[in-house]
Amino acid sequence: MKIVVLVKHVPDAQFDRHLTGPGNTVDRDESILSELDEYALEAALQLSEARGGAKAGNEVIALSMGPAGAVNAVKKSLQIGASSGAHLSDDALAGSDAAATSLALAAAIRHLGADSPVDLVLTGMASTDGETSLVPAQLAERLGLPQVTFASSLEVNGERIVARRDGDAHADTVEASLPALVSVTDQINEPRYPNFKGILAAKKKKITALTLADIGVDAAQVGAAGSLTAVETAEARPPRTAGTIITDEGDAGIKLVEFLAAQKLL
Amino acid sequence: MAKALVFIDNPGAALKKSSLELLTIARSLGDVVVAVNGELHDDVVAALGAQGASALYRPSATDLDDYLVAPKAAYLAAVVAASGAGTVLLENTADGKEIAARLGVKLNAGVITDVVGVDADGTAHKSVLAGSYTTTAKARTAVAVLTIKPNSVDVGTPAAASTPETATIDVPADATANAARVTGRAEKPVSGRPELTEARIVVAGGRGVDGDFGPLEELADVLGGALGASRAATDAGWIGHDYQVGQTGKTVSPQLYISAGISGAIQQKAGMQTSKVIVAINKDAESPIFEIADFGIVGDLFKVVPQATEEIKKRKG
Repeated sequence: MKIVVLVKHVPDAQFDRHLTGPGNTVDRDESILSELDEYALEAALQLSEARGGAKAGNEVIALSMGPAGAVNAVKKSLQIGASSGAHLSDDALAGSDAAATSLALAAAIRHLGADSPVDLVLTGMASTDGETSLVPAQLAERLGLPQVTFASSLEVNGERIVARRDGDAHADTVEASLPALVSVTDQINEPRYPNFKGILAAKKKKITALTLADIGVDAAQVGAAGSLTAVETAEARPPRTAGTIITDEGDAGIKLVEFLAAQKLL
Repeated sequence: MAKALVFIDNPGAALKKSSLELLTIARSLGDVVVAVNGELHDDVVAALGAQGASALYRPSATDLDDYLVAPKAAYLAAVVAASGAGTVLLENTADGKEIAARLGVKLNAGVITDVVGVDADGTAHKSVLAGSYTTTAKARTAVAVLTIKPNSVDVGTPAAASTPETATIDVPADATANAARVTGRAEKPVSGRPELTEARIVVAGGRGVDGDFGPLEELADVLGGALGASRAATDAGWIGHDYQVGQTGKTVSPQLYISAGISGAIQQKAGMQTSKVIVAINKDAESPIFEIADFGIVGDLFKVVPQATEEIKKRKG
């Protein structure tokens, strides 16, 4: 089985994050492998291992698109257990919106499937920076694949995948045939940590550097030029300031109700 | 006149508030046309007329709910072609965003999600990076696809009602061919409380509730609010994942958010810091939640919350 996992290098949400530059794009200093992508990687590794792993011809390719630093998300994925990596990087990609991103990633996935077809594309439920959740569905549309998004469980039986998907009003069992695109939630598994052996092994694994020319995409189709939306203004929201803090002396519940009444919230 | 298309997926017996918000925004953009999926009650048709809809589109197929989003996107693309709409408005739900995503590719249209306001010229207002920035964005394409967050606009009604013309749109024959199929569906029990993402008031509990959401449920009910939870509480299995507020759960933006026994890790804050008023109750005076609370109580939630509930009951007589 050949699985491509999308991994993204995102600003660490533990710290303040900023927009920068004329296109109001996210400042990517202090970036890490997106936490939500670890669940997708773990799901890929489990599927591969259940089929005999790399020895039985299973492949888990970690693919990242982004500037030079994004290769760190690929390296971390190799340490965790991906069999190889690919890093799509090109100056022309800067400022890509979801449409341009999905266009470039679709071309990269087709490129990775040129020798032998990709059976499954796995992604996290959202990136932790853009958080639009648009890219998985757009990739499925561009690649002509069935999409199974927000999977909280995933099984592959032969050519069929069966997933569970929790909605607000109902929980669904969803089936699709391979090849397919699946995005997974943080409910699906417990991602493993890289161990010493994994970190050593990762040094011998191959990372393919891809440019737009390699994947046959014209620079005008991506980046700020090829994006279908433009961010026009960005304003930092004034930080919330702490209000009144009291210590309960037996009447805090009453004081809370007085506060709510004063705010006309009752 | 410019046309704005509103998609309402399974409107049910009456229009939801979030649908009324979409219709209100659509009216500010031009002539309102509506596409629905699923059963259509006469009352809903009348309500859409009262909202000023001039045309109403229905799909030729009745089984779109048997598949995940793809066929709905194909249907909507056909509606856009038939109606000539320049803007498409959808709910900012998981399905709404994915239908928008696929529609964007089909029509080569710019898609903007998490929108909280739209100007007459199509400029969309949104907040990004967990509410730390407000931005304006615009689609650079002939058609714009926007998904609108609930509680974004005050619902209005037009001066004149209309009688929408109805039309059936053929769903492309290949729309379901390669889509994921829903083969099992388990309905979840209905709580009777408002839906978390749409609620005006949210009462949320975390690690500090120690398995007992009872007092928070009572407070939520007396306030007419929804119940929420931090990831620590859902991971502990005290309450379903559906209740989770935060980066990997739901984003809420209510008038009032009461946080009880939640320390306020950044991922939790990410899901609630655009709430208008934040109240925090926590034993630990050092909890980061107090940094953003309008009213903070350092105390035991099992004493404070029931006392507040009793006081509200007393005041309401």
